[in-house]
Amino acid sequence: MSGLDLFALALLGLLLVTGVGACLSKNLLVTLIIFMAYSVIMSIIWAMLQAPDLAITEAAVGAGVSSILMFVTLRRLRDIKRRAEDEKEG
Amino acid sequence: MLQTLWDNRIQCVAMLLFAVGFATLLLHPNLMKKIIGLNIMDTAAYLFLTSIGYIEGRLAPIVTNASTDPARYANPLPAGLVLTGIVVSVSVTALMLALTVRLYERYHTLDLDKIYLMARQEEEGGV
Amino acid sequence: MKKKADLLAKLRRWDAGEFDLTDRLEEGFTPDEPQDSAYPWDREAPVERLERAQIRVWQRLYPYLAALLCAVTVVFLLYAVMDLPAFGQAGTPSQNEVMERYVSKGVFETGAVNLVAGVILDYRAFDTLGESHVLFTAAAAVLMLLLGAAPGRSERELEGIVSSDLIVQNTARIVVPVVLLFGVYVILNGHLGPGGGFSGGAIIGAGLILYTLAFGFARLGRYLNFKTYRIIVLGSLLFYSLSKCYSFFCGANHLETIFRTGVPGRIFSAGLILPLNLAVGTVVACTMYGFYALFQRGKI
Repeated sequence: MSGLDLFALALLGLLLVTGVGACLSKNLLVTLIIFMAYSVIMSIIWAMLQAPDLAITEAAVGAGVSSILMFVTLRRLRDIKRRAEDEKEG
Repeated sequence: MLQTLWDNRIQCVAMLLFAVGFATLLLHPNLMKKIIGLNIMDTAAYLFLTSIGYIEGRLAPIVTNASTDPARYANPLPAGLVLTGIVVSVSVTALMLALTVRLYERYHTLDLDKIYLMARQEEEGGV
Repeated sequence: MKKKADLLAKLRRWDAGEFDLTDRLEEGFTPDEPQDSAYPWDREAPVERLERAQIRVWQRLYPYLAALLCAVTVVFLLYAVMDLPAFGQAGTPSQNEVMERYVSKGVFETGAVNLVAGVILDYRAFDTLGESHVLFTAAAAVLMLLLGAAPGRSERELEGIVSSDLIVQNTARIVVPVVLLFGVYVILNGHLGPGGGFSGGAIIGAGLILYTLAFGFARLGRYLNFKTYRIIVLGSLLFYSLSKCYSFFCGANHLETIFRTGVPGRIFSAGLILPLNLAVGTVVACTMYGFYALFQRGKI
């Protein structure tokens, strides 16, 4: 088993760990960060599977744009909550 | 049997990730977690498709040295399909996040069970 | 009196979650004492409570059923994986004559050195057109959902937050030009190497998002407001549709059209693929930025 095989195996293991971790973690912010790591690992695996187009797209879309969208959504939810609390108080 | 599973370990990981995403989608009450679970299901399906296109020892489907020998390159077809799917999945994610924002604005919770009960109550109350 | 006490006991059991499905409540019965509960749905008439109880049965059974479903799914999927041909071998059913045809004739027929670009923008360009419309429709749906929503904070607050962070600003000053340049390179190089409209557009969109994150919406809004957004996206989709219609009606099966395949490997080659990549790239970039702007402040 060559070094590259071992690296691929480690990446697969990390993929499973991050996938399960993203689903199990309690904090939503932590979930999103783990999900970003998951996307980056996935893009490396795709680069190793000789699909560079997919690797570039996943790195830009999965780890970039869709995670940013989720972060912005979280922030917006927090703002809505804060505004509702403000209204309740006065 | 275990040997076959070990040889196809990338597909196995894809299936396990699919199950993980599916379980999150079904079992977690939090809407954001459901969206993450759906994304994991998406990428697992894409990983499976990509791994089908890979052939040991062959290069990425980008023609080099003006050689168009089919025995030199990996399969370009799954890559094309998955590329389309990735962009669709991000637009689906954006749509679901927008729906989540609107639901949160109305019910002030991300818990789908509570949202369901409140929506039912509103319906019965004739609001 | 005894009956009433019996029913009350039954109700309590329901509330505590201990019940069996054969229990039925008599209609018209109301409990004497009001329930002290934080949830409004715990203070209601028995018939509705029966419904709630049934919902609760469902809620109690649901996790086990869902877990069972997941377990069955994964067992079946793994069983199917065992029947697959071994990973990474040539000669499997997926490496069939379609793939051979694409690889051996792709460069001559489409002019694209990157065969994936040739597949998605020439052989299967109709697919990609539909997909661009999916993106456009999703952006329109998000626009409809979020335009009416009250933004979390006012515009002034947003401006104050985004433009006060020195670290983000200075990083963005260095990184954003590189990101945008790389995105343009990836789009223009789509037929020559890995990349293309989708990835390049997503990279440019991410660059625009970083720019607005650092310097606020007002500065980007001078170049990209809602009007220009609409013109760019609709223009790109229209260009894509028209050029593909032209190629379907006049040049399908790779007859002679005004778009020559040129010399493979040059930047101006591969016929329609470069302009189509540009169109898809602008649509994707604008849509990504539009998603961000809509989520952040409720308008583009």
